[in-house]
Amino acid sequence: MSIVPAIRARGVVKRFADLEVLTGIDLDVARGAVTCLLGPSGSGKSTLLRCVAFLEECTDGIIEIDGEPLGFGLGPNGERMRLPASSIRPVRSKIGMVFQQFNLWPHMTALGNVAEALVTVRRLSRSEAHDRAMAELDKVGLAKRAGHYPSELSGGQQQRVAIARALALEPRIMLFDEPTSSLDPELTGEVLNVMRSLAETGMTMLVVTHEIGFAASVASKIVFLDHGRLLVEGAPGDVFGKPRHPRIDQFLDTYLDRGAAGLI
Amino acid sequence: MTSLLSYLTGEDGRNILSGLINTCILWVIGSGLGAIFGFLIAVARRYGPRLIDYVLQASVEVIRGTPFLVQIYLLYFGGPYLCLSLGEASACLTLDPFEAGILGLSVYGAAYYSELFRAGFEAIPRGHVEAAETVGLDRWQTLTRIILPEMTMLVLPSMVNMTILLLKETAVLSIISVKELKFQVDIIGNRDYAFVESFTILALVYWALVEICGALGRAAERRLSRYRFAHS
Repeated sequence: MSIVPAIRARGVVKRFADLEVLTGIDLDVARGAVTCLLGPSGSGKSTLLRCVAFLEECTDGIIEIDGEPLGFGLGPNGERMRLPASSIRPVRSKIGMVFQQFNLWPHMTALGNVAEALVTVRRLSRSEAHDRAMAELDKVGLAKRAGHYPSELSGGQQQRVAIARALALEPRIMLFDEPTSSLDPELTGEVLNVMRSLAETGMTMLVVTHEIGFAASVASKIVFLDHGRLLVEGAPGDVFGKPRHPRIDQFLDTYLDRGAAGLI
Repeated sequence: MTSLLSYLTGEDGRNILSGLINTCILWVIGSGLGAIFGFLIAVARRYGPRLIDYVLQASVEVIRGTPFLVQIYLLYFGGPYLCLSLGEASACLTLDPFEAGILGLSVYGAAYYSELFRAGFEAIPRGHVEAAETVGLDRWQTLTRIILPEMTMLVLPSMVNMTILLLKETAVLSIISVKELKFQVDIIGNRDYAFVESFTILALVYWALVEICGALGRAAERRLSRYRFAHS
């Protein structure tokens, strides 16, 4: 008997009009581990992550979160069927999401951003929500910035607030969609550090990233997508170590050119 | 100059003041209702069925495509011919000048305000709504807690602009004998053949009102400025 994975995707297909972005992905994300999704632009890695977050509905296939189907399940005759809307919310509440563009709400302070769903969704009292939100901001090192609006924070700080906002709802799984891609290298570091310490707490994380160094040092599994297909998956040592898949060789070359050789 | 000031006292002064008050009432109620209707139109077009979107779009096009002067004429003089009969009972759109003025101004304003709000909806980054979705806010909470406040700060400058335009459109209502500012000033001008003096007063009063509106708008924008969109 195998353990139920945190995320289990089977035959996930996503089409936008004529374009098939995902062509049947099978993926297991282990509990309590970091899984990194790598691949060139347009390989479908962000789309896959957005399907897991149910921000996109996949065209075919089934995604299960902690063994529970998300949005679509199998009917009595094994056919794929849409599940009632009421079943989606509890499954989705297990997932926290962090975006490339942070997506903090500009009319709320850092504290307000973190506390919002605690009040409106979790129905905590204002003071309980305030305390919880402060605790979460403290974990990402931003308690002192609680009263600042997003426009008064650096990109790295905004992203850490966004992480705190997701963590405040105590998700079982955290999804990261290129969390450092709109940050300069210096600010990238502070966000990756927060993600590293989150990984050490045993959080299940699925991370779309271009940070090969982070993937190599923190991930327990690397998944490489190319043209909407899962090309290679395995431990970082196996995926990056020699002999490697020629497509990965080619992909890594662009990073080695940029002096990342020492990280791999 | 002395003759100009003399119109501000006595009977003439009282008439100008009553015209000013009527103008302000028409303006505030007209633009207030216009903004509310405009918002409802924008929401209905965005979230309602496609048929409603088409009907509202056509209506907005008609109102934006015809002069306010013509609309107010048609509403005031044509309204009484617009009747709804239900069995024995029937009701016609017979309005006194003031009612027609408020209704006309609201409808005219609503068409423009709705386009402002529509653009405001479009300008909110999709990701802000997706972030609300991922933390579990439902559609209503997302609308009231995220979309509305963000949209307010986006459309505020254009709303001040539109509200100023509506103030000046109230002058048109004098042609259906609404006793607003322009109507009162017309009487003085015709009586004394003193159009330069009376219309100078008219221009100055409108200008003062516009400046007050502009100052209020700027104060509101300053308050909202810290909510401006954050950049990475």
